[in-house]
Amino acid sequence: MRQNDTRREICGRAIPLPGNDIDTDRIIPARFLKCITFKGLEAHAFEDDRRQMPDHPFNQARYQGATILVVGQNFGCGSSREHAPEALRRWGIRGIVGESFAEIFFGNCTAIGLPCLTLDAEDIAWLLEAISRHSEQEVLLDVQQRLVRVGERTLRATISDGTRHQLLTGTWNAMGVLLEAQHEIDRVARSLPYVNGYSQ
Amino acid sequence: MADTLLDKVWQAHTVRTLPSGQTQLFIGLHLIHEVTSPQAFQMLREAGLKVRYPERTFATIDHIVPTASQLRPFADAMAEEMTVHLTRHCKEFGISFFDLDSSRQGIVHVIGPELGLTQPGMTIACGDSHTSTHGALGALAFGIGTSQVRDILATQCLALAKPKLRQIRIEGRLRRGVYAKDVILAIIRRLGVMGGVGYAYEYAGSAIHAMSMEERLTICNMSIEGGARVGYVNPDATTFEYLKGRPFAPQGEAFDRAMAWWRGMATDPDATFDDVVRLDAPSIEPMLTWGTNPEQSMGVSERIPHPHDAPDADRAAWAEALAFMGLESGRSIAGTPINVAFIGSCTNGRLSDLRVAAEVVRGRKVAKRIRALVVPGSQAVARAAEAEGLHDIFLEAGFEWRKAGCSLCLGMNEDKLTGREICAASSNRNFKGRMGSPTGRTLLMSPAMVAAAAIQGQIADVREMLP
Repeated sequence: MRQNDTRREICGRAIPLPGNDIDTDRIIPARFLKCITFKGLEAHAFEDDRRQMPDHPFNQARYQGATILVVGQNFGCGSSREHAPEALRRWGIRGIVGESFAEIFFGNCTAIGLPCLTLDAEDIAWLLEAISRHSEQEVLLDVQQRLVRVGERTLRATISDGTRHQLLTGTWNAMGVLLEAQHEIDRVARSLPYVNGYSQ
Repeated sequence: MADTLLDKVWQAHTVRTLPSGQTQLFIGLHLIHEVTSPQAFQMLREAGLKVRYPERTFATIDHIVPTASQLRPFADAMAEEMTVHLTRHCKEFGISFFDLDSSRQGIVHVIGPELGLTQPGMTIACGDSHTSTHGALGALAFGIGTSQVRDILATQCLALAKPKLRQIRIEGRLRRGVYAKDVILAIIRRLGVMGGVGYAYEYAGSAIHAMSMEERLTICNMSIEGGARVGYVNPDATTFEYLKGRPFAPQGEAFDRAMAWWRGMATDPDATFDDVVRLDAPSIEPMLTWGTNPEQSMGVSERIPHPHDAPDADRAAWAEALAFMGLESGRSIAGTPINVAFIGSCTNGRLSDLRVAAEVVRGRKVAKRIRALVVPGSQAVARAAEAEGLHDIFLEAGFEWRKAGCSLCLGMNEDKLTGREICAASSNRNFKGRMGSPTGRTLLMSPAMVAAAAIQGQIADVREMLP
């Protein structure tokens, strides 16, 4: 359950994916959800976009091996498929920086230990430009300090206290924490009229 | 102290506050299907755990089922394998499964309310973003990912942060030919596809109050298209009337006790919200999308927008969407030729949707070279429609009458667009590639507008075709 693992810092080359409202159908088209494991999903990340746009960043040789994905607003909107963050993680992405994220996608990323940090619009624009010019440039996501560092430049990032806590303490797999409260769970269940068939 | 339904339901289901600051929330009803559950069962098995409350999880099969022939084994070997896995998991872990032979199978968000599983004051979750649908009955219903499906199987709980609350008031009467789908498309156009991120939406106002339960289900269904994970309508007499006599609803005196509890869970009259938005119902006309996300929409009498009209930040996206859709700015959207017409989905695949569409279709023929499908949202919807003879109206007009499932909405079964086909659809997403063809195009609209487009072979104003 990877509970001994933590996500304090992620460092690596970055891949830019400009544009807003990139939905999970584009990250992993529904026809590739016909599976019973997440194995091999990386082969189909952005498959339709990549076929239609030969210069799609995921097609470009210079971005292969990148571990940090840089995106615009509302990334991951639409379907709740965890196949989307799994496809990105299996492709090699270890952290995402964006202007904003769709809620279910953000939760799914956190649940598999894939940190999503938010930057201001100007900083995202600058970062997209910087890594397109210098794809060899290393980017550091500092979850602990809530910073993104690129060369000499330091950008202030946002991540909620709760998510940051989960990443720093290795507790993004919520199941372990939820299991601790067995008696309280039963107590709440007993208190709910519908669980007891509205018997009183 | 005045509380909202969100406050009350959240409070009643709170197990504890977690070290992360999130709430450990008890989930009263868990719905699962074949696509997002197999990996969750595998994770559960790897952890050596059992399902904590198997009687609170219900399964059905919807995304990958063929809607033409449902003879087993399915022609699609992977669809067959996913079905076998779900059947095996339900058996192994003691979960009720509404399979194809059960007569209760259908789209998960259609059967929950229809069977009376969905009830006011509940917390509900399902590994599908359109779980927000169930909020129409006054529940808090969350779309979740596969890891969270595992969490519920193991603990009957989720770790969640309480959202903010925006009340959306729709006041006044809807005009003739304007339906719940038009209302939710108008809301999303106004607030945007990310306007609801971090919020729950409470739908209120005289127009919502006047709506049937099925219309409210359509509204809540598309909350997620506006970025809001949760959307709900406060329970009222319409809700109670809808639930009475349904198989899983309380019966007899228990129903009366339930009703008292349900009433108490509704938002108090003087409760306050983080935000309130008002829309004028009579100002809404039949809507449809012109672009590649549900906020890119317009009234049927409007002209296709020009990227010049877009806010600065959206200009490039509008241009890209118009190019993908092959639509010409400045032209009327009415008259745009279509190839396929699709009536169905968790948004608009219920009996009232089929009735409205049948009204438009009755005595008319589907235009030449148009492929037109009606896919009922559940086996029960199909039976009820057939009992009324709706299927005959559709079949005589040249529609195909299919079996229940998600079908063309997301193209995971055999029902797909091919090439650049353009589809008038009563479903919920017009994303690129959504309907199974990477270059296929989707125009979202009400079932009545889809029926009108099928008959005319092009986008048409349904108001001119109503009896």
